[in-house]
Amino acid sequence: MKRFTGFDLAALCCGLAFLYLPVLLVVLFSFNASKLVTVWGGFSLEWYGALWQDDDLLDAARLSLLIGAGAATLSTLLGTLAALALAGRRFPGRRILGGIMLAPMVLPEVILGVSILLLFVMLEAERGGLTVMLAHATFGTAFALVVIRAKLVTLNPDLEAAARDLGATPWGAFRHAVLPALAPSMAAAWLLAFTLSLDDLVIASFVNGPGATTLPIKIYSSVRLGVTPEINAIATLLIALVALIVGIAAWLQSRSAPARR
Amino acid sequence: MRPLSILLPAGWAALFVAMPLLLVAAISLSQSRLGQPPFTPLFEAGRFMGSLENYSLLLSDPLYMDALLNSLLYAGTGTLLALAIGLCIARAVAHAGPRWQLPLLALIIVPFWISFLIRIYAWILLLKPEGLINGALIGLGLIDTPLPLFNNGFAVVLGITYAYLPFMILPIHAALQDQPPALAEAAIDLGASPAKAFWLVTLPLAWPGIAAGCLLVFIPAMGEFIIPDLLGGSATPMLGQTLWNEFFLNRDWPLACALAVLLGLLLLLPALLLQRGRARGAPA
Repeated sequence: MKRFTGFDLAALCCGLAFLYLPVLLVVLFSFNASKLVTVWGGFSLEWYGALWQDDDLLDAARLSLLIGAGAATLSTLLGTLAALALAGRRFPGRRILGGIMLAPMVLPEVILGVSILLLFVMLEAERGGLTVMLAHATFGTAFALVVIRAKLVTLNPDLEAAARDLGATPWGAFRHAVLPALAPSMAAAWLLAFTLSLDDLVIASFVNGPGATTLPIKIYSSVRLGVTPEINAIATLLIALVALIVGIAAWLQSRSAPARR
Repeated sequence: MRPLSILLPAGWAALFVAMPLLLVAAISLSQSRLGQPPFTPLFEAGRFMGSLENYSLLLSDPLYMDALLNSLLYAGTGTLLALAIGLCIARAVAHAGPRWQLPLLALIIVPFWISFLIRIYAWILLLKPEGLINGALIGLGLIDTPLPLFNNGFAVVLGITYAYLPFMILPIHAALQDQPPALAEAAIDLGASPAKAFWLVTLPLAWPGIAAGCLLVFIPAMGEFIIPDLLGGSATPMLGQTLWNEFFLNRDWPLACALAVLLGLLLLLPALLLQRGRARGAPA
């Protein structure tokens, strides 16, 4: 029964075409010389040149990268701490803590956005890039927690105990026995949180302030005005960046695999 | 180390997750006003000023009922479509040799990393009246006038199916992979056709994966903003989009909060089902 049939082949080909063709067409048409989006007018890098002239867009890209890096770092630190707390000895409220930490993964973005905005309003915090970063760290932490906990449960608990028996301090045992084994997953969590932050439109729209226009907000407002070749070009650059990130993450994963035994 | 590793995340979760959600519930009882902040205080001179007015408005105005019905319709249809496509793909991957499992799964996950906004934008390029699909069909002489593919429910359902398909494939694949192939083989030995064996044996046994996949698609699709906004326009209001419009266009924060509470309550049951399935060890 477990035979790969012609139907399976057709399903796979159609499925992958469905998943990839739309995105590949965006990439293809970013090199289109014609300003008409549906007519192929020859190969051109014109729209990439135009991107470099667009100061607003470059500012938005710079801000998004900065927010992404900050949010990813904060998410990885908090996610690691939370994973250690949840994987360690029982304590009162452990399950509740796990539930609350993971809630941002399930909650619709509009709810997250409006809720975190109300927090900033209540705290009378000035809204801008920093508030966007904190909001992104909130859902980034949930994803980082999942990635790091998945690795943590495969680690041999004797590892830390052995280091302690050999005279290491608690911090030393963690630093030299647990952390190196966890490092590749932490890096993967960082990349995931960074990608999610770079992609977020909805939450950033709620919590940003005047002047803090992130790249997705900028792209969204141009998309609403219509499809343009410049959007295809910026989309292609973002896809290339994601391809690079996925490549690094896959490489990290393959490096961390042998450490499991 | 230990107290810090509990207190820091706990403090963070309390401040940035629990507290904001409580604030949403609280502000949903207040009224909008001009000023900073744009809602009335809940307590004035020690008296509680909140009311359920926003909720009675939500329940009485057909605008919001339409948004709710649209959300259920589009998220539900998109989930079923993703289930049909996802089953075929998950089955195909499970049938491929063991060496193919990881590369194929990786190919299915990669789109999840590509910007959501850009993946939805790609469909504007395809579906618009002057877009690639209509352009190609008119160019081939198959149609004279563009097909109505854009700014309607069709585009929204397609967008939901496309965006969340990987979430459907992964748990179903895991459930199929866990099954001993001998079970379906036994059914065939006993005289069932392969199709019947799949329908009566393989599919029911993969039920936890199917349920998890459907919930993983349905839950985020219900609150979706980007898909109905970009692919459906004003023709297809969904709850997430209505919340956005109340907040940004009408600047009615309390009403937006009440919508958030209703949407959250609506998704509580499916989310709990998902949690329970996970606790039982379902692949998710």
